[in-house]
Amino acid sequence: MLEITNLHAGAEGVEILKGINLTVNAGEVHAIMGPNGSGKSTLAQVLAGREDYQVTEGTVRYEGKDLLEMEPEERALAGLFMAFQYPVEIPGVTNAYFLRVAYNALRKSRGLEEVDPLDFMDLIDEKLKTVEWSADILERQVNAGMSGGEKKRNEILQMAVLEPKLAVLDETDSGLDIDALKIVAQGVNNMRRPDNALLVITHYQRLLNYIVPDYVHVLVDGRIVKSGGKELALELEAQGYEWVQEAGAAS
Amino acid sequence: MTLASYLQDFEASAANGGGRPEWLMPIKRGAIDRFEALGFPDRNNEDWKFTSVAPIARTVFGRMAAVDTLPTAADLEPYLIGPPEWPRVVFVNGHFVEALSTVSGLPDGVAVRTLADAIAEEPEFVARHLSHTASVEGNSFTALNTAFITDGVVLHVEPNTVVEHPIHVLYLTDARVGEGATYPRMLVVLEHHAQASLIESYAALHDGVYFTNAVTEVSLQAGSRLDHYKIQRESEQAYHVGTLEATQERDSHFQSLSFAFGGAVSRTNIYTVLDGEGGYVTLNGLYVVHGDQHVDHQTRIEHAQPNCTSHEVYKGILDDQAHGVFNGKVYVHPIAQKTDGKQTNQNLLMSPRAKIDTKPQLEIYADDVRCTHGATVGQLDDQAVFYCRSRGLSPAEAKTLLTYAFAADVLEQIPSRPVAQYLERLVMERFLGSREG
Ligand SMILES: Nc1ncnc2c1ncn2[C@@H]1O[C@H](COP(=O)(O)OP(=O)(O)O)[C@@H](O)[C@H]1O
Ligand SMILES: [Mg+2]
Repeated sequence: MLEITNLHAGAEGVEILKGINLTVNAGEVHAIMGPNGSGKSTLAQVLAGREDYQVTEGTVRYEGKDLLEMEPEERALAGLFMAFQYPVEIPGVTNAYFLRVAYNALRKSRGLEEVDPLDFMDLIDEKLKTVEWSADILERQVNAGMSGGEKKRNEILQMAVLEPKLAVLDETDSGLDIDALKIVAQGVNNMRRPDNALLVITHYQRLLNYIVPDYVHVLVDGRIVKSGGKELALELEAQGYEWVQEAGAAS
Repeated sequence: MTLASYLQDFEASAANGGGRPEWLMPIKRGAIDRFEALGFPDRNNEDWKFTSVAPIARTVFGRMAAVDTLPTAADLEPYLIGPPEWPRVVFVNGHFVEALSTVSGLPDGVAVRTLADAIAEEPEFVARHLSHTASVEGNSFTALNTAFITDGVVLHVEPNTVVEHPIHVLYLTDARVGEGATYPRMLVVLEHHAQASLIESYAALHDGVYFTNAVTEVSLQAGSRLDHYKIQRESEQAYHVGTLEATQERDSHFQSLSFAFGGAVSRTNIYTVLDGEGGYVTLNGLYVVHGDQHVDHQTRIEHAQPNCTSHEVYKGILDDQAHGVFNGKVYVHPIAQKTDGKQTNQNLLMSPRAKIDTKPQLEIYADDVRCTHGATVGQLDDQAVFYCRSRGLSPAEAKTLLTYAFAADVLEQIPSRPVAQYLERLVMERFLGSREG
């Protein structure tokens, strides 16, 4: 589904990603862990198509297509979803409206008729349940005036509506208390299917107790220095990042 | 040059029975004398520093001729607001069109008349109010309008009377009959504890060069409430200067919402004097312009008595090489203690060539007041555009959504749902048109 080969990318002339290789197949959950500043968000943003980052080398193929050639909205319409580490506030637009516009953009791209606000309400009701939210949240403005935890939950609500094939969750766990974390993890797990995949970016192992990964990769200074199974996350938690950093330096 | 043509025009129409009735003539003559003395304002005039009226001054605008064929009900459709039973008064090229107007179903105590009828039927009432609130002293355009008063609308609501539906006064212009000027004149008198909404809208049936010079005088007596909408969607080749002046007695509430989309050069003045304790005014506005348009708003709030509140939010969206001007004055008299004044002007520049001159102006002569003001100029937030695109919206859809969101809090102030819907649609069409254009 996703094949990243020797990806180098940076911003403002500084290289941040220094040769990433990663393959994600349908049905898999990959976790990317790493210390702050290692380039996790950069990877997520490059995958989503943020123009602030320049790719200087390497390729990314998504479902056989050259992902880097696609516009951000083309990627989204092709089923790629990135939950932002820092969701952007859009004052003046309600969640209900935003979700419907995004949902209809997706339908239009598939040659389907747009849904009207009433029909959309039926659909959204069910999606709200996946994140255990009441309909009040629909009348709130997109992320504006929301707490950090609410914003993260809102990202997952968007994900539930858009039903992506590949979701990249960038530190969706940070800022969540344990109850919210469980709800978000449950919501994500409910969306798992054999034909979709997840890339879960996190700083802490905590989330991976609930969204259990098939593979764990450790990103340090723009490189994946270690990959393994889910037990790698526990090892990291016990020993800290210095342990892999040394391993990375030694290799 | 052109000054002389206005003077000639005036004398010709005075000789031609335009002086009727007799009591009006001194007012008109006084006004044309003022206009002659003032001339058109130039950029040295502090009130016109950022707006040149040279294109108006150098064109000879005679009286707008009447149209040969009146618009049909279908032609009117795009300009109508709310359900058909709402009262409306339609003018085409400055001439009242009875066939397109309906003012039935108004409650007792509410009179909606053309100014011409009111002058004939209620001369004492008109004489008592006309040219009292809107001063010809320092304002050339008000002077010119006053000199050429012919028609318009008088709304008079008696004490404790509530008018349920907004009254829509629609000034349409069709410049295919040739260049010309119209001078709409409105008089609004709400007696104590009366309530009404008035929509004053200006639109072009066909694009063309013409000049609208409008004056509205509002007198709000104790405890009355007026919601006033001005919707300016003139031709983008046309010139528009419109002044509204209000006086507010104790505990009155004036809510003004001004929307400007049209005009090559347009200027809207909204002035109010809070002349009794407990007065409340909200001035909200939205201007959305593109191409070579120039749009100017000047507001003036005079706190002349204690314990009054004024809240003002104006927003502007400027695309291409459009130029916007906002000048908001708040003047607090020495006796106006406990004044609460809040003013903001926010602008969104959609293109690097678009320009805004914004000048909030507070003059405070009382010491126990709470007054704030602020102005911002910005562009669309790249992060927000990217966020929308990452959810599948095209760049154009993202921009439309975010621009609309910027305007949203002004649109949300609209108390009447049908009026809000009409304006939401206009704003939306405007953004979409702007994107394609
Ligand atoms: N837009 C940018 N411009 C310049 N430097 C950036 C930009 N984004 C990230 N960086 C730098 O790249 C490094 C990696 O950042 P980031 O990808 O956000 O790390 P992480 O998400 O792992 O904490 C940091 O040193 C950060 O300062
Ligand atoms: Mg990060």
